[in-house]
Amino acid sequence: MVLHYFGLPPKAATIDSAICNTLLLLACLLVMNTLRYYLPRGQQYINIFSICLFLTVVWLLLSKVLLKLTLGHYPGYNELLHYSLSIRFSIAFLLLGCVTMISILWYNQKEQVENETRKSGAEKLAKEAELFKLRQQLQPHFLFNSLNSINALIGSRPAEARKMVQQLSDFLRGTIKKEDTQWVNLQEELQYLELYLDIEKVRFGNRLATVVQIDEGALQLKLPALLLQPIVENAIKFGLYDTTGDTTIRIYATKEESNLIIRVENPFDPETSSPKQGTGFGLKSVQRRLYLLFARTDLLVTGAKENIFTTIVKIPQVADGV
Amino acid sequence: MKVLIIDDEPLARSIVNEYLQKHPELELAQECGDGFEGLKAIQQHQPDLIFLDIQMPKITGFEMLELIDQPPSVIFTTAFDEYAIKAFEAHAVDYLLKPFNQERFDKAIAKWNEQKATSSEKSTQDLLESASQSPSQSQRIVVKNGSKIKIIPVHDVFYLEAADDYVKIHTSEGYFLKNKTMSHFEKSLDGEQFVRSHRSYIVNVQQITRIDPYEKDGHVAILRSGAKVPVSRSGYGKLKEVLGL
Repeated sequence: MVLHYFGLPPKAATIDSAICNTLLLLACLLVMNTLRYYLPRGQQYINIFSICLFLTVVWLLLSKVLLKLTLGHYPGYNELLHYSLSIRFSIAFLLLGCVTMISILWYNQKEQVENETRKSGAEKLAKEAELFKLRQQLQPHFLFNSLNSINALIGSRPAEARKMVQQLSDFLRGTIKKEDTQWVNLQEELQYLELYLDIEKVRFGNRLATVVQIDEGALQLKLPALLLQPIVENAIKFGLYDTTGDTTIRIYATKEESNLIIRVENPFDPETSSPKQGTGFGLKSVQRRLYLLFARTDLLVTGAKENIFTTIVKIPQVADGV
Repeated sequence: MKVLIIDDEPLARSIVNEYLQKHPELELAQECGDGFEGLKAIQQHQPDLIFLDIQMPKITGFEMLELIDQPPSVIFTTAFDEYAIKAFEAHAVDYLLKPFNQERFDKAIAKWNEQKATSSEKSTQDLLESASQSPSQSQRIVVKNGSKIKIIPVHDVFYLEAADDYVKIHTSEGYFLKNKTMSHFEKSLDGEQFVRSHRSYIVNVQQITRIDPYEKDGHVAILRSGAKVPVSRSGYGKLKEVLGL
């Protein structure tokens, strides 16, 4: 269009720009398409530069030939074309260079995003497998030992055996049914935990006692399904499996501001298990889940005082989970 | 014949007791709820056979057996432990996976009687040796200190030193003796943390502050406690590898 000012008729200027720009567009598309399948790595910027240069030269020659053929009969056009070649060259080179850079950045970005999705997908799978494995470590023990207790009860106390079969079935059904993403209210979760604790009470006779104190306002608050389970399992593992004598497991729940606070206390044997060990097993998966749900690492706190191990978990009551 | 039942669950003990009724020649001397009680009862009653659970409070069934000089025959009763089961298959009289029935129980007793008759009793030492490969077994070392039992977490161990038929386990509280071989500890302890620096020494690399040359060929590792542990030429190579030098 600028050529119009150099005394070229509007029609000729339009044709000129149409030919040049179409060819330039083709060159750009060529570059973009190539880069889509082949991205230069690291120190290959010289290559890119030469490719741009080469394409620009080809473009210039092509357009020169085409322009001469179509517009050569206009007076003074050939001279004008001759003079403008260097300007055309620089503009085209700059443009192609820009397009190339933008394409490279764009495709690199895209590749990175793809890599990231793949990576996070793989991480998620690994995490799920890890959680599954963690759960599997405790479950078979619990299951087979419970069956063994039932076996013992069948001979001496059949009514109790029947009751325990019922409890064990309800408990297992709960584990299978619930998904990690589901939210439940505290009341439901406690009923489910009750089953678990009752089974343990049968297994260990009178050794286990539980104290459950829940504030009236906390019962209807929500928490992720099966989150409390590993905490109580951990309390049982260190408080009951690893100690001798009577054991009391305490569970308290309160509402503080917009948080549900649950505190679980269990005794432990300082001689055989250090509290450091206690945070390891089941609680690592709880910590990880809380982080994935709320992006916070301060929601699970543990502490040991004398021979009492305390686990406190804070669950924010978020609107979208309810 | 005297038998003992050692299991932390009362119902698990009662079912063994119930199955024992069919074998009047076996007299139940005592039921025990954990390994410490078990140790005492074994000393007191000198039983011919014990029924032993693995996962128990204080010390595991394996750790309990390690503390007995002349362990009686053992039939293990356990719910689930892949490492233990591997060990049983090779070396135990028999093992009963919970829950088990009377027939299976009778079979185990028959097997024991048979082994006694042919005096082909399996070695408890071999069993313990192969059970010690399990991850839960390599986290701590249980020793007897007089009549007291001491549980040493492995990260509290400075170094181990061979001493005739025993191994001296050096810790901040002095040393403890255990009737084991150096190669036993070399195998059961985590190789990333414990390195056999010398024919007679295994050192906890986390305790090492520096390694100095010593005499013409050797080196010596200086620990945080100030203790000096000899390092042979091949031990130096192993240490360098573990420490990434």
